[in-house]
Amino acid sequence: MKLKVEKLIKKFKSTIAVNSISFEIEKNTTLGLLGPNGCGKTTSIGMMLGLITPSSGKIYIDNIYFEPKNRIQLLSLMNFASPYIELPKKLTVKQNLEVYARLYGVTKIKERVNEMVEDLNIQNFLYKKTGELSSGQKNRVALAKSLINKPKLLFLDEPTASLDPDVGDFVRQYIEKYKKNNELTILLASHNMKEVERLCDKIIMMKHGEIVDSGTCDQLIKKHGRENLEETFLKIARSKNEL
Amino acid sequence: MNFNKIFALSLRHVYLIKGSFPRILDLIYWPTIQIFLWGFISKFFTLNSSYFENTVGIILSAAILYDFLFRSSISYNMMFLEEIWSRNFTNLFIAPIKISEIITALTITAIFRTLIGLIPAALLAIPLFGVSIFKIGIPLILLLITLYIFGVTLGLLVTSGLIRFGPSFENIAWASLFFLAPLGCIYYPIDILPEWLRIIAKLLPLVHIFEEMRNILIHDILNYYQIFKAIIISLIYFIFGIVIFYLSYEGAKNRGTLINMGE
Repeated sequence: MKLKVEKLIKKFKSTIAVNSISFEIEKNTTLGLLGPNGCGKTTSIGMMLGLITPSSGKIYIDNIYFEPKNRIQLLSLMNFASPYIELPKKLTVKQNLEVYARLYGVTKIKERVNEMVEDLNIQNFLYKKTGELSSGQKNRVALAKSLINKPKLLFLDEPTASLDPDVGDFVRQYIEKYKKNNELTILLASHNMKEVERLCDKIIMMKHGEIVDSGTCDQLIKKHGRENLEETFLKIARSKNEL
Repeated sequence: MNFNKIFALSLRHVYLIKGSFPRILDLIYWPTIQIFLWGFISKFFTLNSSYFENTVGIILSAAILYDFLFRSSISYNMMFLEEIWSRNFTNLFIAPIKISEIITALTITAIFRTLIGLIPAALLAIPLFGVSIFKIGIPLILLLITLYIFGVTLGLLVTSGLIRFGPSFENIAWASLFFLAPLGCIYYPIDILPEWLRIIAKLLPLVHIFEEMRNILIHDILNYYQIFKAIIISLIYFIFGIVIFYLSYEGAKNRGTLINMGE
């Protein structure tokens, strides 16, 4: 699924949170959305998910203009995972996955839930209440929920934040494996530069609501004369003028 | 509308209630307390006043019906608040569900929560005070439907506020019904109100419902015109509530408050 964003602007009263950003994500590729806190990443993702109405600009998903009348059709092909949102804590993992499978119109619910449970090693805590899980377990359940409808376009907001290196690596490995075997386009917002280097085909850097640079990791590192993406990120984030 | 999705939204709340005994107890506890409280107050009035021969019956029936209204509204709000408290709000609004499906699911599920509270309380009143609201007969169903529509409407308006203003609007959710109680003429006839307030009170379906309840219980008179008037007024408010909900949703999307709404 291809995602195209055209001159997207979001103003909150006098504040411009996102200032005319344009980019494209080719089908089955992963785009990294980087930038310091408050640079407009979450607002941009919110607009692409239909949670925030843009002040102006357009979003196309597979050349279909994302507007209220085709919101349901497009949302059923997308999904989202973030450590900052959770699933109902009092429901068991199984109940949550079943509810979301139904909400996304999954036809063979039992089969799909079992598939996700097996793939993400959820068996041991399937009947536990979601609120009683550890961060690593919660993260795997959130990932299972985000893939329950076999999305064609997936938004991941810091998918490995607050995870220990082992679980973090498991999640990254799983995303890589899943992408290899399924048709999936990913937009990944992350502060973990190693993760971005490993998962993303291309990245865009945002600052003060604008895209200040874009390219592959190697291209950006080379362009800014740094040794790795972390240093490149710091250079861009700390520079006073636009690059 | 997709009934499987409506079922899924309801199922989430059924799982929640089913899995928590304290929640079930809480649903039953307050209506039962109301019955005890008003039962004893009315018994005292009966012994010390000659105003109504059937004070206990009138006041207790009013308390049960008012509690039904209260529970239906609170149930609606609670289900919405659960989504905010559990930080599930964003997940819900990025799922391919229509707003009409959310409203329908909340409306259907609220009735279960409300009935879990009402039925034990109404049954308890029979052996304890010899009062049965079922004596109202068939019109009781119409009165309950009207109260339910109005209760859900209040729920819709409060949830619209939650979407618009965020969790800080929570306190209004609890207080909303107390604003209307004095004007609803629940425990007294409308004639008690000053004339200018009667005009406002008549704009609420509550006055017509509780007047009709008293007519049935005291005078054994049934006026379907009053009941249908109450239903029509409730439906008008309900449509108004839906419009406000849609406006709040669009407003929240403009302000960006749907993302990361939580405790």
